[in-house]
Amino acid sequence: MILSEINFAVLVASLIVASTPLVLAALGELVVEKSGVLNLGVEGMMIIGAVTGFIVGVETGSAYIGMMAAAMAGALLSLLFAFIILIMQANQVASGLALTIFGLGIAALMGHPYTGIKSPQISTLSIPFISEIPVLGTMFFQHDLIVYLSLISVLVIWYFLNRMRAGLILRSVGEDHDVAHSLGYRVVTIRFLAITFGGAMAGVGGGYLSLVRVPQWTEGMTAGAGWIALALVVFSGWRPFRLLIGSYIFGGITILQLNLQAIGVNINIALLSMAPYLATILALVVISMSRFRGNRGAPGCLGRSFVKIT
Amino acid sequence: MFKLIPRENVSPVLSLLGPLFSVGLTMIVGGILFYFLGVDPFAAIKMIFWDPLMSETFSTYSIPQIFIKGAPLILIALGLSVGFKANVWNIGAEGQYIMGAIFGASFALSLYPLESIVIFPAMILIGVIGGCLWSMIPAFLKVKFQVNEILVSLMLVYVAEQILALASLGFLRNPDGAGFPGSRNLNQYTSASNAEIIAGTGIHLGVLLSLLMVIFFYVLLFRHSLGFKIKLLGNSPKASGFSGDNPNKLIFLCLTLSGSLAGLAGIMEVAGPAGQINIDFNVGYGFTAIIVAFLGRLNPIGIFFAGIVMALTYVGGELTQFMLNLPAAAIQVFQGMLLFFLLSFDLFVHYKIKLKGNK
Repeated sequence: MILSEINFAVLVASLIVASTPLVLAALGELVVEKSGVLNLGVEGMMIIGAVTGFIVGVETGSAYIGMMAAAMAGALLSLLFAFIILIMQANQVASGLALTIFGLGIAALMGHPYTGIKSPQISTLSIPFISEIPVLGTMFFQHDLIVYLSLISVLVIWYFLNRMRAGLILRSVGEDHDVAHSLGYRVVTIRFLAITFGGAMAGVGGGYLSLVRVPQWTEGMTAGAGWIALALVVFSGWRPFRLLIGSYIFGGITILQLNLQAIGVNINIALLSMAPYLATILALVVISMSRFRGNRGAPGCLGRSFVKIT
Repeated sequence: MFKLIPRENVSPVLSLLGPLFSVGLTMIVGGILFYFLGVDPFAAIKMIFWDPLMSETFSTYSIPQIFIKGAPLILIALGLSVGFKANVWNIGAEGQYIMGAIFGASFALSLYPLESIVIFPAMILIGVIGGCLWSMIPAFLKVKFQVNEILVSLMLVYVAEQILALASLGFLRNPDGAGFPGSRNLNQYTSASNAEIIAGTGIHLGVLLSLLMVIFFYVLLFRHSLGFKIKLLGNSPKASGFSGDNPNKLIFLCLTLSGSLAGLAGIMEVAGPAGQINIDFNVGYGFTAIIVAFLGRLNPIGIFFAGIVMALTYVGGELTQFMLNLPAAAIQVFQGMLLFFLLSFDLFVHYKIKLKGNK
């Protein structure tokens, strides 16, 4: 069997690396959506993160500084979105699309002189002792800091949303902003913060893409990753752990597809490249067909503008 | 602080002013951007918005080009606008555009070198069907399983791009093309060529159709009950249900219209200006058309003018690229900015703003 040419442990390790940008961006979007805002600009924020992270990484020689810059760039772009939808009351779907178009354009402009350069190396942080376990160690414990950070974020966000008062307030704002407002919660401020957080997470996700995953800058390199992150949030039913599993399944399909291309399986490359996108559609269909029918977990006010009329 | 008071009726003056104001503001902010890119802002703005229309050196070429580039934008935006009114968000027009081109071109090329007058109309029809079929996937999944049409239609863009690669490197590759990617040139196949209808300008049937469609959609939206039903579904799904409209039918209708028109734009482009199926066939008309739809305020007449303005930025953008070495992406930034300003301006259309005193 030709599949035996693929080393399973290495495959899982690279799956985790491939999924990390998705985990980060989708987690950010999950928090944003829980606050009742649908930000379709994830793709735009990711690519801005990717290009900023790459440029700063190359200029400073440090991938971590690059990653921080990526977070800031994503957050900055998301502020624009926040202003337009929260203050100017614009349609969220259209504004998110605008953010993506704008982000892709800005990124192409910024990144042009940096095409074809190699990014600085990111050091892997092998966890002592357990990283030496054969197979399992290679799979899970020989990664860079960002991978561990993404896993910790899943935990933290789950805890925040389900066990903390602040998380409850955020969810109530997303569930019914009028009620939350009359209880005295500051809907606009809370959504501003959530959107900024989502932007930063998408930015880091993008930065990880250009600094670690690829690692290079090419125009339009996110190639729909932001949209897939959006789909993953729906797929997860707005639950952080299911989101992580979803991302890994997804990363698995991508990696398998790339590996099959590399070992020259007799399937057309174009057909293999379609796989992740078709899988997304399939996943969305399955999730809405299953017994978790409908959008259970979808915040009640998702995508609706909040106007304070008193 | 400010206080928002909803307007009872949308202000028609402001509604018209919005797009104009946004274009103006985009010029100013875009000018600042050009300055930072090391390009003379006044020269660049003039070259994008003025020279294609007025300069003697460029306008004979540019003015027809505006209509040629405007035609697919207008066609696609018209279809999308109907859906946007009904809250059906087809953002995968780019994919439907590609599939329309592939379907139509595959049909025509399968008959090569047979000559017949039925080939051209049949090819267009099949192109339309191709685009429509591609948009039926999100329609079916939305109606049957309540799957979000935004994500499905967008994912299908990437799938369509891969099929495009498959076609240009594989099943549609020109057998006499010395191994280069890309299909036979349809312009060299008389029966399938979407030839120019005004000699020397490049203006083709698609331009004419885009104008006819503007009228058709105007009638559909403002003079036909379907237009009302569509608006009702978007503004108040409950009221739409009470009045006995079937939302699923309307969803199918919206996606049929937008998919078919994107397919039409695709087949017109591949048989006309583009000439062949190739990897780089699609240039983002399907996405820019979203901006056109909003810039035109989802109104057919508005969309016509918006399409022309947007085509102007394309033509002017090419000019600045050529003459001033301005990167191509600058125009994309320009278009994104335009949409931002436009959406923000809606605040003034829908609300009155009052200054609140400090208690």
